[in-house]
Amino acid sequence: MQEEPDQLCQRLAADVDEAFHELVATHQDLVYGVALRVTRNEATAQDVAQDALVRAYGALKRYPPDRVRGMRLRPWLARIALNAARNEVRGRRMHDDVDDAAANVASPDDGPLCLAERNDERRMWAGLLRQLPERYRLAVALRYVEDLSYVELAETVGRPLGSVKSDVHRGTALLRAAYDAEQRALGAREAAS
Amino acid sequence: MKVTPAAATATQDTDKDVVVARGLATLRQRAPVGLSDAVLERVGLADEYVKVDGPIGPLFIAYGKRGISFVERADAIGDEGAFEEAFRSTFGRPVRLTSKPPEQIQKVIDARLWGRTSRSAEVPVELDQLPDFERSVLLKVLEIPRGEVRPYAWVAAELGRPLAVRAVGNAVARNPIPFVIPCHRVVRSDGRIGNYGAGGPTAKRAVLESEGVDVDELERLPNRGVRFMGSDSTHIYCYPSCHNARRITDVHRVQLRSSDEARASGYRACKVCRPVDPPFRAAVA
Repeated sequence: MQEEPDQLCQRLAADVDEAFHELVATHQDLVYGVALRVTRNEATAQDVAQDALVRAYGALKRYPPDRVRGMRLRPWLARIALNAARNEVRGRRMHDDVDDAAANVASPDDGPLCLAERNDERRMWAGLLRQLPERYRLAVALRYVEDLSYVELAETVGRPLGSVKSDVHRGTALLRAAYDAEQRALGAREAAS
Repeated sequence: MKVTPAAATATQDTDKDVVVARGLATLRQRAPVGLSDAVLERVGLADEYVKVDGPIGPLFIAYGKRGISFVERADAIGDEGAFEEAFRSTFGRPVRLTSKPPEQIQKVIDARLWGRTSRSAEVPVELDQLPDFERSVLLKVLEIPRGEVRPYAWVAAELGRPLAVRAVGNAVARNPIPFVIPCHRVVRSDGRIGNYGAGGPTAKRAVLESEGVDVDELERLPNRGVRFMGSDSTHIYCYPSCHNARRITDVHRVQLRSSDEARASGYRACKVCRPVDPPFRAAVA
């Protein structure tokens, strides 16, 4: 998928100003998502995402066209967002919990009936993710919440492919175990009542 | 365990835990509305343009954060591509076609092009790229009411540079925002309507007539030596197209040749249109 030559990169290489709005439209969800994973606060994530995209624009203007043509935008942008978010949260504790916030946001295609159900599901997964050890949490979140491929993930966090894969696998296994335990507990409660 | 990149890609999703993947995907959130606008604004790529009907044919109207920046007649410039290129060579940044402008811009377009809604509302225009004098000329022209005209000499006098009539003419001719900034309402002191950057004298006449200006009458008066209209009841004199002049009833209407003559007969200048003589009046007359 990511090996295909990126049309957008070709256009950015030819003219950053002409194609940049499309980069924003295509990738703003990813940039915001990555910022949200790290800052865990919607307002902060919005500021971070804005800064990250402005920084990306500056870099694209500076880079020679040949370099832009060969870029993989998703991991590159994710990495800029990750660094910007880490700088933002460095040395201070965040009190708001994004994953609870995330659980309250309904997507527009939700019908009113399944909305409550969806919210319960989100809240549960947000809770499970929060309980993961720090070491696995980001890897799992970037892989499955933000939908980065392993190759993109490795490039984003700047670590070898094998090691991010193993982090994701272990994190996923832990999550799955926690999920199964929760389902069993839920089943037991329902049987008891 | 050694994993080659090829093997890694191949095995990438075979061992994926579908329950976890699907569950975590519910946490995915879209970027908030406004993020993209904020970014494009910060990097200076927020300019858009629309194609709208104008008084003498369709117009392209471009605007950015600071207001309307560039207007061209679609028929004159050609197609969208030509307009985008012209914008870029003027401002050094791109502009994007959109179907509907923001409400504030739409209001300005309605007011300036069609006289809908009050004309007292402030008109946001971007003229930063122009030299100070040209900018002040165009901001002054913006004050000329719909359906009225003022001579180049009036603009020069209003700016405190009564002799800079030709410089005013040059600035008006280079107006990047015709129709919105009504350079068609600036005419020659001798009564001829003068040239027009957005399509020549014929176009200028057509735009003025679309606003209800009686161009023939305005041209006839100076030929008879008449520059101002006075009222013998108020003893105030105006430019003939000033709305105060048009209110004077026929029995009280007095035709005046110059401000000297007007003052000598006990008239004072209208405070709304502030009429002035052209410089070098003696040479012209």
